[in-house]
Amino acid sequence: MTNHEKTSVSRRTFVKGSALAGLGAAAMGTASLFGCAPAAESTGELADTGEAVADTIVWTHCAVNCGSCCALQCHVQDGEIKYVESDNTGSAELGEPQLRACLRGRSIRRWLQSPDRLNKPLKRVGKRGEGKFEEISWEEALDTIASEMKRIRETYGDEAMTSHYSSGVCQGQVQANPVKRLLNLTGGFLNYYGSYSSAHISAAGTYTYGGGTYGSSFLTIQPGQLVVLFGDSPADTRMGGGGHTHDFAYIRETTDCRVITIDPRMTDTTCGQGGEWIPIRPGTDGALCAALAYEIINNGWADEEFLHTYCVGYDEETLPESAKGKNASYKDYILGTGPDATPKTPAWAAAITLIPEQRIIDLAREMHESDPVYIGQGYGPQRRANGEITARAIMVLPQLLGQIGKPGMNDGRREGCASVGLGMLPTGENPVTTNIPTFEWPNAILHGEELTALNAGVQGADKMSSSIKFIWNYAGNCLTNQHSDINLTHDILADESLVEFIVTSEVFMTDSAKYSDIIIPDLTSQEQISISSDGYSDNMIAVIFGAPVYEPKFERRGIYEVCADLAERLGVGDEFTEGKTREDWLREIYDEARTANAEKGMDMPTWDEGYAMGVWKMKPEPIVKLADFVEDPVANALPTPSGKIEIYSETLAGFEATWELAEDEVVTALPIYDPGFLGYEACTEEYPLQITGFHYKAHTHSSYANNEVIQTAAQHVAWVNPVDAEARGIKDGDTIRVFNDCGEIRIEAKVTPRVIPGNVSIPQGMWHDADMAGDRVDHGGCINTLTKYRPTPLAKANPQHSNIGQIAKA
Amino acid sequence: MQYGFHFNGQRCTGCKTCMLACKDFHDLGYDVAFRQVYEYGGGTWEKDAEGALSQDCFTYYVSVACNHCAKPVCVKVCPTGAMHKDDRGIVTVDGQRCIGCGYCALSCPYRAPKVDREAGHSAKCDLCADRLDAGKSPICVEACPLRALDFGEVGDLRARYGTVADLAPLPSASVTSPHVVITLPRCLEDEPSRAGTGEIQNRREIV
Repeated sequence: MTNHEKTSVSRRTFVKGSALAGLGAAAMGTASLFGCAPAAESTGELADTGEAVADTIVWTHCAVNCGSCCALQCHVQDGEIKYVESDNTGSAELGEPQLRACLRGRSIRRWLQSPDRLNKPLKRVGKRGEGKFEEISWEEALDTIASEMKRIRETYGDEAMTSHYSSGVCQGQVQANPVKRLLNLTGGFLNYYGSYSSAHISAAGTYTYGGGTYGSSFLTIQPGQLVVLFGDSPADTRMGGGGHTHDFAYIRETTDCRVITIDPRMTDTTCGQGGEWIPIRPGTDGALCAALAYEIINNGWADEEFLHTYCVGYDEETLPESAKGKNASYKDYILGTGPDATPKTPAWAAAITLIPEQRIIDLAREMHESDPVYIGQGYGPQRRANGEITARAIMVLPQLLGQIGKPGMNDGRREGCASVGLGMLPTGENPVTTNIPTFEWPNAILHGEELTALNAGVQGADKMSSSIKFIWNYAGNCLTNQHSDINLTHDILADESLVEFIVTSEVFMTDSAKYSDIIIPDLTSQEQISISSDGYSDNMIAVIFGAPVYEPKFERRGIYEVCADLAERLGVGDEFTEGKTREDWLREIYDEARTANAEKGMDMPTWDEGYAMGVWKMKPEPIVKLADFVEDPVANALPTPSGKIEIYSETLAGFEATWELAEDEVVTALPIYDPGFLGYEACTEEYPLQITGFHYKAHTHSSYANNEVIQTAAQHVAWVNPVDAEARGIKDGDTIRVFNDCGEIRIEAKVTPRVIPGNVSIPQGMWHDADMAGDRVDHGGCINTLTKYRPTPLAKANPQHSNIGQIAKA
Repeated sequence: MQYGFHFNGQRCTGCKTCMLACKDFHDLGYDVAFRQVYEYGGGTWEKDAEGALSQDCFTYYVSVACNHCAKPVCVKVCPTGAMHKDDRGIVTVDGQRCIGCGYCALSCPYRAPKVDREAGHSAKCDLCADRLDAGKSPICVEACPLRALDFGEVGDLRARYGTVADLAPLPSASVTSPHVVITLPRCLEDEPSRAGTGEIQNRREIV
């Protein structure tokens, strides 16, 4: 048993730790020793020898992509973290900001100090993707990278170079920026837009509100009101004390608001905290919204004054000239007087969503009767083949009810976020203007020259001029693990005639790193000086002042210094550094924000004061989204073409007319219900189940998924409803095969009523583990072995939850 | 003097930060936990004539460590007197006297004591006694992102949070008179008839 072997290793320290703890600690010191390096406090702790052992407290922060960012206080002895505390400054009462790390941040010691860390530069010696490497010197690594950058750029042009989408280091003000700065100074690179998280809702926000994915703060919620969340679970996705889970828990407790979550899974947001779960068949939120709209309109609950003042396309009267006289309004679509002649009744939607007709009727009434009503969505409903149109459909509900712009209301987007406005290490100007949707990169490798604005959403140019030939993958696992269809992607990356050089900066041998020609060992954010804002939250604005927890170990090096060395080799050394160190840049970034915020009356500490504090925080005013626009829609017009909320988008009507789309790809002016490809209707006798992923407490995407102390406490299991399990003779705890045309994974079954029948739900992010030269069966249970590579119609984004398949006992 | 824990079932989302913070601070391995988080729930599904689905499912989480009981079974069964209550009411083990027989681990209905085979004696939650000495909270209490855990003198806890100490799947409080105070989860408060009708949903995660 792997676990037992690992236990015996940690057991030795367990015994030692207990001896220390039994003797008790001396009083914790409070004097700050901070000078220009670590924010640290020394404490004296008695060891069993009776001698004092220096215990230094170093503040730092988690840096992965949960969206939030929490503080860590590392207790360090002899260059090793002994244990971690988090933010314990200020009041501990619920509602008072403390950036308390979640289980993942709390376990960072074993991740940072893992024997599996990458310690030396590596060069590929086998075939690409085979995972065979040998250690080389930094000199050789940098010389090779520099010469390949030069050769490939000269041979194929600037657009053949790219910095791959990644989010392993997603907090802190440096991230992958040194790589982009280096690429920009040497001619530029093919850029991307949209993320794997929110590209669809981002497009929906653009064509509805003129941009943005965030709505009102949870903290605006009023006593006793109704809150309806589509595919949004702060308890699963924003888990730290610095995240929305805290804000939401606080507001629920203090307002006793009624929470309804609409989701294929009963999430952790609807457990002990109460509320109601309305299970929905994955991908059918748009049908539910249409039926709710039917009830709202049919019962005369639509706020016509709001719709006529602020919105385009609700009815004939508010349609743009180009669309008049065609029964092309939203109201026509809903009531069945439009082209499809189908009234979107609750009975119609019940058959699609599997939500009982009466529950839909009642829900519409509850939404009408609650004033205000907070209607929001997470990123679950949109991360699908029909994601853009679904996100728009959800946004229409508060528009119909006129529930936008006042406290307790939300515009149908995700809960609001406050920001301290810290800048990033500047990347400089990119001489290449061509910008592709993030998810299009495999197509840009295979046939970049064929990608255009009309067939692939290319922006900044009508078409790409070359295919991708050079990839820098900084702290990312999106080459395979977090991308789609790993088996297909393996074949693309393994073909060395396509991408000619891949360099990865990493801290572990991830599945993506295996496809590199050179791997360079990075320092984590915790091992370097790093300041960070607090990420997504609405009850606080914060800055964490992080110092290196210990000196760099082995041959690991920070990305800024590495890129500075490469810049030197490429003749742009001075331009790259401008004579500044990483710390100099961070000081500059911080001082700029401090000065700008001072003008707004916000009193931030000086750099040195901040480092003495470890974390600085304040409570901002909660955001009521679109309040200005509702107050004065002329003076504060939205950045949409009409200046109003666009239920009907003329821009999208234009795309519909000009874009090259397959028959099952829908881009349309109205937010209608479109099942999208690989929805429930695509299910067959062979593949009768829908397979969806979800964000899971045991890891953030694939970050920390190799930290076994977390994985054993929160296990990687596929959620299967008892109805589906019994039909296949599957019992709780059985290892099952989950398979479809893309591939097969092995995973343990969790037989639970917390998932809707017909849907198997799998935590996304576990590490792919397959013999790619053999049967390719993924024993790691990575859901992206099963996900389809096919960009969505509008955002050209990842349809990650649109999958069909089958399960069987292994 | 008697310390105890408060668990707020209306705040807990089952994130397990308490459990992992404990494992980090006490340097516990993969198969040892001084604090457990149970996922407990039940309910069934029904299909109506039109094919739509209804359900009456509920789930809540329970985070539990040693409750430093008034009638600690582990102390009662200990053949050497190693397991004892100290002057703050903390049930703790004297590693010098413990022979590692494991009776405590077998008898405790909360699974609180463990036997550290390598060290040759039992080990368990001691309320982070050294942190208490330094004026701090137990690490689990300080870790919870939602402040669902509290600790203190049990009389104070009961005055503040009430006297409930029973919540499935925990054993009846009458067995050991635990010094724990529980705020019941909302899904039980809303529908008390659900009490005890579910089952543990994460058996393989409990160590």
